[in-house]
Parts: sequence; C-alpha cells; structure tokens
Amino acid sequence: MNKLQRFRRRLARNKLAVIAFCFIVFQIIVAVCAPYIAPYNPYKGDFLATWETPGRMHWLGADDLGRDVFSRLLYGARISISVGVLSQLSIALIGVPVGAIAGLKGGWLDYAVMRVIDVLSSLPTILFYILLMVALGAGFWNLILAMTLTGWIGIARLVRGQVLSLKKTDFVRASRAMGAGTFYIFRKHILRNVMTPIIVTMALGIPSAMFAEAGLSFLGLGIPAPQASWGQMIGMYQAYIRTAWHLTLFPAIVLALTMLAWFLFADGIRDALDADNDFSSAD
Amino acid sequence: MARYILTRILGLIGVLFIVSVLTFALMHTVPGGPFDALALEKQQMIPENIKRQLNEKYGLNAPVWKQYALFVKNAASFDFGYSIMYPNRTVVGIFKEQWSYSLELGLLSFVFSIIVGGGLGIAAAVKPNSVLDYLGTSVSIFCLVIPGFVFAIVLQVIFSVWLGWLPTGGWSSPKHWIMPVLANSLAPILVLQRYTRASMKDAMKANYVRTARAKGLSRTRIMFVHVFKNALTPLLTVGGPLAAGLIVGSFFVESIFRIPGIGFYFVSAIGSRDYPMIMATTLVWTLIISLAYFITDLLYALADPRVSLAKEK
Amino acid sequence: MSETLLQTIDLTKSFSLRNGLFGKTRENVVVDRVNLSLREGETLGLVGESGCGKSTLALTIMRLYASDGGKIYFGGKDITQLDERALKPIRKQMQMIFQDPFASLDPRLSVGQIVSEPLEIHNLGTQSERRKITAELLELVGLSADDTHRFPSEFSGGQQQRIGIARALALRPKVIICDEAVSALDVSVQAQILNLLRDLQDEFGISYLFISHNIAVTAFMSRRIGVMYLGNLVEIGESRQITRAPRHPYTQTLIAALPEPDPSKRAVAIKIKDEIDDILQRPTGCVFRLRCPLAQEICAAKEPPLRLIEENRLAACHFA
Repeated sequence: MNKLQRFRRRLARNKLAVIAFCFIVFQIIVAVCAPYIAPYNPYKGDFLATWETPGRMHWLGADDLGRDVFSRLLYGARISISVGVLSQLSIALIGVPVGAIAGLKGGWLDYAVMRVIDVLSSLPTILFYILLMVALGAGFWNLILAMTLTGWIGIARLVRGQVLSLKKTDFVRASRAMGAGTFYIFRKHILRNVMTPIIVTMALGIPSAMFAEAGLSFLGLGIPAPQASWGQMIGMYQAYIRTAWHLTLFPAIVLALTMLAWFLFADGIRDALDADNDFSSAD
Repeated sequence: MARYILTRILGLIGVLFIVSVLTFALMHTVPGGPFDALALEKQQMIPENIKRQLNEKYGLNAPVWKQYALFVKNAASFDFGYSIMYPNRTVVGIFKEQWSYSLELGLLSFVFSIIVGGGLGIAAAVKPNSVLDYLGTSVSIFCLVIPGFVFAIVLQVIFSVWLGWLPTGGWSSPKHWIMPVLANSLAPILVLQRYTRASMKDAMKANYVRTARAKGLSRTRIMFVHVFKNALTPLLTVGGPLAAGLIVGSFFVESIFRIPGIGFYFVSAIGSRDYPMIMATTLVWTLIISLAYFITDLLYALADPRVSLAKEK
Repeated sequence: MSETLLQTIDLTKSFSLRNGLFGKTRENVVVDRVNLSLREGETLGLVGESGCGKSTLALTIMRLYASDGGKIYFGGKDITQLDERALKPIRKQMQMIFQDPFASLDPRLSVGQIVSEPLEIHNLGTQSERRKITAELLELVGLSADDTHRFPSEFSGGQQQRIGIARALALRPKVIICDEAVSALDVSVQAQILNLLRDLQDEFGISYLFISHNIAVTAFMSRRIGVMYLGNLVEIGESRQITRAPRHPYTQTLIAALPEPDPSKRAVAIKIKDEIDDILQRPTGCVFRLRCPLAQEICAAKEPPLRLIEENRLAACHFA
C-alpha cells in the first residue's frame, strides 16, 4: 500500500474531517452553481422588499436595498472560497521558491532574506493588512496582493528551515558527492520531503485567509460593495442589529460554519499526513 | 548579557523606524487626500482656499521626506499633531482620554482568559480524556475557528436583541462588560488553554515528578509544588504578547459594542483617512507589542539557565 | 608498481566559531596538513578516535567541504580548486559510503530510484538500460532485483548499507571512501559487509579509503593504515607492522587497548592521561603531548614532523 492510500485511509478514519469534507464539497458545488440556484439576483434590489424579515418570499430576508439575503450568501461563498484558495496558492508561489533558494544558496542571499523576514514579521499582521488595504484600496485583487505580501513570510521560513535540515542529511550529501547540481537536488530530494509541511500550511491557511477577508471586509477594507462578502455584510448592517438582526446573524453563522469546516478538514489532513519523516530534528 | 540587550534595543529602534516609514509611505500613496474623504463623509464640498489652509496646517504641502522628518521630530516629543476627524483634538489628547477604556477591556479580558483558559487547560491535563478534556479541546477549536467579531455579533443578537438581557453597547456598568469581554477573550482562551494543557502534561511526565511520586508524596502536593512551577514558565512566553495585544485594544469588539477606546478610534481613523491618528496608533501598537516580546524574552532567558544567549555558528 | 590514484598534500580544513554577534572568532583546525596517498587497487585504512577529523578529511577530499590549505590530486590532476562543472566527470570516479545506512538513503525514494540516481545525474543510459543496470547492481551486493520497488525503511541496517554500496558502484568508480561504513551495524552483519567490500575490490579493482575508529576492523581491511589524532596524521605504514609494532605513542595505546585472547601475548596497557582534550585548545608543538606518557620539553617546543623511521613507515614523534 503506497503513501497515497495510507493517507486516504488515515483521513477517512477521522469522522469530523470526513463530515467537514462533505460540507466543503457541498459548499464548492453550491458556490459554483450559485448563478443557477440563487432565487434572486444578488445585485438587484427590489424596492418593495427593503428590510424584509425572513419569510416566504425571501427565505432569509432582504437588506436595505431589497436584495435577497439568501442569494447574497450564496454569492458570498464564491468570494470566501476564492479568496481562501487563491491567496494560499499565491503565497506558496512566492514563499516556496524564496525559502528554498535562501536555504540552498545560503550566504549573503540567505542573510538578506532572513533580515527582510525578521522586519516584516515584527509588524503585527492585522496592522499590516489594514495599512496595505488602506493604501491599495478595497478590492478582490488588492486583497489577494495584500495577503500575499504578508503571507509569504510564514511559508518561506518553513521551507527554508526544512531545506537547511535536509542539506545536512547524508543522502543530500551523497547526491552532491555524486555530482548533482543544486536544482537537481531540489527537484529530486528536497521538494518531496518538503511537500507535506507545505500542503498542511496551505490547507490551514485557507480558513485563516477567510477570517482575514471577513475581518477586513467588516472594516470596509476588503471586498467592497456591491459584491457580497459575508464579512462586509456583517460590517455594513452591524449598526442596525436591533431592527434588522437577520442581516448580520445569517452571514455570521455561515462564516462560522465555513471556517469550522475548512479548519477541521485541514486539521484532518495534517493528522493524516503526520510527517512520518520529520527532518527538523536531524543533526 | 548586556550585549544581548543592546542588540535587541537596536533591533527595536530599527523596527520602529521601518514601521514608521512603511506606514508613512502607505498613507501617502492613497489617492485623494484626507480632506476628500472628510468631505465625502460630511457630504459637503470644501472650498478650495479652505482646503489649502488645511493642507498648510497639517503640513501636507511640503515634500514627502520633509513631512517624514518633521513627523519623527515631533513624535520624539510625543506630538502627533491634530486629528483630522476631530480637528480640535490632538492625537495625543485622544489617546489620553480614551486609553482607559481599552485598558479596562483588555485587563478584564486578560484575567478572564487566564481563569477560563488556564483552568480548562489544567483540568484537561489533570484528567486526560475526560469530559473536561474534551470540553477544553472543543472550546479551543471553537475559539480558533469563530472569528471574534462573529461571536460578538451572535452574542449581541441573542442577548441584546432577542432576549434583551444585556445592553448593546457602551461601557458604563458591569452589565456592559459581559459580552465585550467574552468576545475579546476568545483568542486568548484558545491560546492559554492549549499552552497550559501542553506544558502541564510535559511537566507531569517529567522524571522529577516520577521521582517525587516514588518518594511517596501525595498527588496534590506534587501538583502544586513541582508541576505548577514548571508548567507556568512557558506561560511567560505567551502571556506577555497576549497581554500587550489585549491592552492595545481590540478594534472589532470596541466597534461592535461602541466602546470608545483606542481601537474604536483607530477604525474611524481608517475610514476618515486620519493620517496622524493612523500613524500614531500603528507606532504605539508596534512599540507595545515589540516591547512585550522583548521583555518576555529577557525574563525567559533570565529564568531558564539552559537558554543560552550566545550564538554559535 | 600500481599508480597513485588519490593524493593529498598538506590538506587542511578548519572551521571558525564565532561567539555571539560581537564576540571573538576562533579557528578550529580539524584537519591539519594531512599527507596521504592511495594506490590503485589497494585499501588505505584511517583510524582515530571520535573527533580526530577523519570524517572531515573524507568530506574534504570529496570536495564536499572547501579546503583551507593544501592540495588534492586525483589521477595526477589537481582537483583542489576545480569548479563544480569541471569536477563533475571526476566525481564519477570517486564515491562514498556513509556511516548511518538509513540516513544516507532518501526515505521517500524507492531503492531503484536511489541506486540509479548517479546514472541519472550523469545522464547515462536510457530508462530501460538504467533499470537493467540497477537490477544487476542489486544482485551484485546480495539483494534481489525485486527490491527495486521497495523503500529503504523496509530493509535492515545491513541491507540498507548494501543499497548504499550498490549506489556507489553504479558509476564504476575507481575510489570508494568508506566513512565508518560498518560502525553502525551489528557485529555479525559487519563481517558480511566487509567481505562484500573485499569481493567487490577483487572483482573490480576498486581502491578504498577505509575510515574507522575500530583498529581491528581497519587492519583486517587495509594493507596500509594511517593513524590520526586531533587532525594530524601521526603514523602511517603497513597494517601488519602498525599492529605488531606501533611506533607512535598514540598508536601504541590504541593497539594495547585491543582485546587479546592469548594471555601470553597481552601487552601492558599503556597509561595515558584521561583528560579529554578541548579540541579548541590545540597544544603547541606535538598535538599529542598533553596525554603522552613520553612527553618532554622538546615536545612542547617543536612540532614533530611526519618522518620516515623505517622503510614505508612514517611517524610524527621525536622518540619514535
């Protein structure tokens, strides 16, 4: 039984992760099909239905412009998922090569990269996000950019650490002794040994990114209106909570459930992968 | 040791410098000066000559680096100028007046988190795999996954709107404290519960505990004398930055519950492009957090003789 | 007269230790002006206690560390300063086997991938040719061709070392450096691996640089032995002579410490001072003088050169 099968079996044993996975698949399908299943256009308001509480016409009510909350929630899923996944891909795209090169080449390059990382990580992340988004302006791609600029650090540090320990192993030495070049060693030995932590980090990063997006949109800095981001919905109608609690409560619940599911699934992946070969303790 | 402190202080100054430059640069790349945003909010046009005067007053006409130099000079004497949102209040004045709210919220949350988080962690370690252990783990997963502000909203809806037991906002009576503190403590409880549980477990497994049991000491005595002492050291690592974060103020919670602390003002400053306020808050926040890490590291190094400060290549 | 394949002249390697950001830098000389030569088809043994620099020497010869002085000659060519590109063809002829069999194999690669890696690096043969060669190599070291698809963790220590040997053989090297190749194995398995190495030498004419802290094993494998202490080569000669009549005081203590079943043949254990030398505090003059029972003033004043004391025998001692 090879590694993939072992991983699938271990994951399947984790009941919570399996449930979470089902939820995620369901959510992705819903998000993709949103244009077809949403009862109303999330951007068009119906002026006869403003502020309507949950009822037969609008299952979860309507907002101040008469837009259907349920439809907006469905579209909000598209935003959360795409921000979550795209941000992690983007972060990995930058962070992995930087960490790997710094670790492999060493010397002044490594030193420079580490100093940059040190400085950037001394700034509290939330602050950094806020500053960046204030400067860049709210918007989907600006948000991805901001997340990439703050997020690459973590994965770069991780990859670099792994590379450094791997460099000291005998099998990498043997490779060099046989005349292998840096790129070959990276491709053949380092990449597959570093894959696991990278995947785990990315998986856990998705709910984290969703959190960040929600928070920033809540402040008005993330995804701007009229797009339907859950965090933004909460932020916009938070002041009306006495009279129109349905406008904040439902996005809040959906956000919480989504984050829970993605987190449990990522956690399950981490346990199932369980780095059998951990080089961080190699001498 | 002195060398270490010196290096760290230099590092601290470096960080503050870079943060200030970054913040400054970012603020000035924003299209549309602060007054456009203000005009938008107040929904009135600002006549050109008044705009010019305002620009003069806030020094926004000078070249950027000059502005920065002036800023640093003033900052060193704790003068951050006037807030743009509240033109007749100085930034420092705002800080002085609203500081206490954030502080109170932070302290209460801190104490609450320690009791709940620490308690759950200890209980989980002492009675593994029991109801308490699972409770603790579920609570921490909950805290990890539910954003603080989501929890705050849910609390507000349930207890304020539906049940009417608690007020929606403000900070005047203990009743006002309940929900904000709960929401604010979410992340700290998570961290504390995990840390306490882990370090208690490690301490309990340690050899010196086995020796004590072999000597025949009672379980409770072992707990209190040996285990606690060693379990609490790792908490230092976490406690410092945690406290710092709490004291600086959680802007989400303050906004939602209308608590007029620094966080609340920071959020408004963002919306109004109130540069002085944004910069001052950023710097203060970074300073406090960096200091917290620094002090924690120092205490840790002092407390644990095994931690060496010299770096060998 | 077989030609000299590998030669080092005054090879030196040191590491610098820095104490903190503003602290002093100390130079730790781990390999100190070592002169060795390895001839075609022969085994040169290298013994010494832990920390004496033998592994570092091996890694420096393999150009995995940059040397800090001296020269390395391979097949008559100076390879000390060659860049990696020029070095690559030479690397084909010089391979290495490591102490920890498991650590020297990438746990995520299959045995087949591990053994064929050298072929892949040097672009030799097509996929199917490589597969064939890999199968042959595995058979050669006592494993089976079916093992190609298995992973290192499925094998015992001795078998893992065989895999390492198969890999080292892939390019038909002229020299294989065995760095404590059997030290991590059970004694019974050691014998098997040693015999395998000897068989391979007979069949392919490979030269070995056999490094170990165990002088008995080294003597079994090698025709000539060099003895190292704290980075210096203190004695070198034919293994029979070294074991029967060691001339350097350090070698004498090593030999005397060997268990000897025949009571009449037991040598008197030589008392040396127990203090463990601080590697960083190299004594002036003779490197062994702080523990040597024969130490005199001259030993502190003048470092004894490695000189010819008999035919084919060199020792670095004023009194050898």
